[in-house]
Amino acid sequence: MMAAMMLLLVDRLVHLSPVDFVIIIFYFALVLAIGFYLRSRANTSEDFFMAGREMTAWVAGLSFLSANLGALELMGWAGSAYQYGILATHWYWIGAIPAMLFLALVMMPFYYISKTHSVPGYLKLRFGESSRALSAVSFAFMTVLMSGVNMFAMAKVMQIVLGWDINFSIWVSSLTVAVYVALGGLRSAIFNEVLQFFLIWAGALLIPILGLYETGGWSHLKVLIAQRASNEYVHMWSGLGSFSGNPMGIHWTGIVFGLGAIISMGYWTTDFLVVQRILTAKDIRSAEMAPIIGAGFKMFVPLIVILPGLLGLAVLPMKLTAESAVVAGGHSYNDVLPLMLARYCGPGLLGLGITALIAGFMSGMAGNVSAFTTVWTYDLYRALINKDATDQHYVNMGRWTTVVGVLISVGTAYLVMQFASIMDYVQALFSFFIAPLFGTVILGMLWKRASSAGGFWGLLCGTASSIGMWTWVKLDPSALRYVALSPDAKALAQDMYQALWSFLVCVTVTVVVSLMTKPKADSELTGLVYGLTEVPSIGDVPLYQKPIFWAVAVSIVLIILNIVMW
Amino acid sequence: MHESGISIWFFIGLSLLVNGVLIFGAGIWEVLNPPATTSIVLFHLHANVWWGAILAAFGALYCYKFAPKRAA
Repeated sequence: MMAAMMLLLVDRLVHLSPVDFVIIIFYFALVLAIGFYLRSRANTSEDFFMAGREMTAWVAGLSFLSANLGALELMGWAGSAYQYGILATHWYWIGAIPAMLFLALVMMPFYYISKTHSVPGYLKLRFGESSRALSAVSFAFMTVLMSGVNMFAMAKVMQIVLGWDINFSIWVSSLTVAVYVALGGLRSAIFNEVLQFFLIWAGALLIPILGLYETGGWSHLKVLIAQRASNEYVHMWSGLGSFSGNPMGIHWTGIVFGLGAIISMGYWTTDFLVVQRILTAKDIRSAEMAPIIGAGFKMFVPLIVILPGLLGLAVLPMKLTAESAVVAGGHSYNDVLPLMLARYCGPGLLGLGITALIAGFMSGMAGNVSAFTTVWTYDLYRALINKDATDQHYVNMGRWTTVVGVLISVGTAYLVMQFASIMDYVQALFSFFIAPLFGTVILGMLWKRASSAGGFWGLLCGTASSIGMWTWVKLDPSALRYVALSPDAKALAQDMYQALWSFLVCVTVTVVVSLMTKPKADSELTGLVYGLTEVPSIGDVPLYQKPIFWAVAVSIVLIILNIVMW
Repeated sequence: MHESGISIWFFIGLSLLVNGVLIFGAGIWEVLNPPATTSIVLFHLHANVWWGAILAAFGALYCYKFAPKRAA
């Protein structure tokens, strides 16, 4: 295999040594071994789709975080840090932490008590079959497409960074994922996500350590960045008073209300890909602690993502550009992480760094595929096609759906290879559903008057409004001044405001239709809605073991970090 | 998760231990056989030696603490 990989090398950003290849091959061997080992523990549907609901808070929490810590995420946000400066950290702090804590303390009890297998499953219990079907179809469709987009992106990155053939990367990674998820189910995906978490930290933490050593520490790094770019690149809030006062072209209202209150809430509390990890927790305390543990680590991810981007801005001799403006021999913003890796890492360390990127891609793919498999089997196949099959039948369906999901992803990857613009469309489409879904779920949990019709029409209208705004700006770019409130707004600002408006449309329609239609009886809402549900006690534990204690601690650290980086 | 099989932390330890040993070994080889030229910045710090050792030590600790026989 090593010889074959050597032959595939053509033209590349970094050069691997034999020990680097050994590290990469060991990773593939280990994940396959884990899959085969866990096969014997995936015999029932509860085992296969929900990992037996026996995960500790630490495992569920790290897996929850890792599901969002893919290589595209790492490379993309490191590139954004190079492009926009420390503003990119907002996506890790206000754009994640409050939502993760909200999930832990407010929403998780309802997900957990209802014993749902999925977010569409909760919608079925709360609003009925039509809301579930709408949510499940859109989620399943988009998840498997996203998996394909990620697969293509991974293959492309491996081609640029290592010179590997695209077909080789697609098939090796997809077959590996198919084998270990089909064998071990969600437990296998979770094990590999936790493994990936450690590999990413082990592989990437040296960059900020050596980078700060080279630049002479944080204070001197800020001076270097101010010289090469601008002073605004190292301030998180002070430039957000106007759209034109910061490199991102965004106003603080977009960050606080669009990103912090809507997009991140939608993503971290209703995207089944991440929520599924928490649903595997062994008890209510673990289910509440898991997102808080994830939030604690999330706060420090900028050390290995944003800081390398800023260091790249300060020390790299070449100027990186947008993907569309790369000339022969040049590099794009997204290359900053591999470039920094190549700058500091010799034999062995480079292999570990590349393995961390590969692990990030593969576990992201496995996360998508395992979530797709659960939603297809529980919310579409069992709900609409075959209600009364045996438990073993559903497990077999899960295994085959995993293989089919991977094959559809491979097909999507090849489609994207032919028509690159599909990637932008798929990523945009995915964002259409997040904000309205959050509106529907949160109203369902907190407002008992929300009716089945209200939930369905709110979700549909919110999603339609999001698609409408996106199409409007696509057809007439000047419409951005209305959608994002300013002609100076840039693409990221559009996402923020589009999410905010579609959320408001969803909530408004849900409220209006609910008030015009018959609500569900209180007896049907027990365990699903605030005020009608008795949340089970987490037991008589000391203060330092209570979720609220750690949520407050994380919040205090978050506030301090924002003030320091103001 | 100890009760029903090999702990996930054992797999993590194994991964860190093997990677740490390989990286440490590569670093020692470089110290003994330094290249004539290198593009690695801060090469003189020999990061792969001490980082590899840290990973190996951390991995060994996890392997020991969560070894299947000890955890059973």
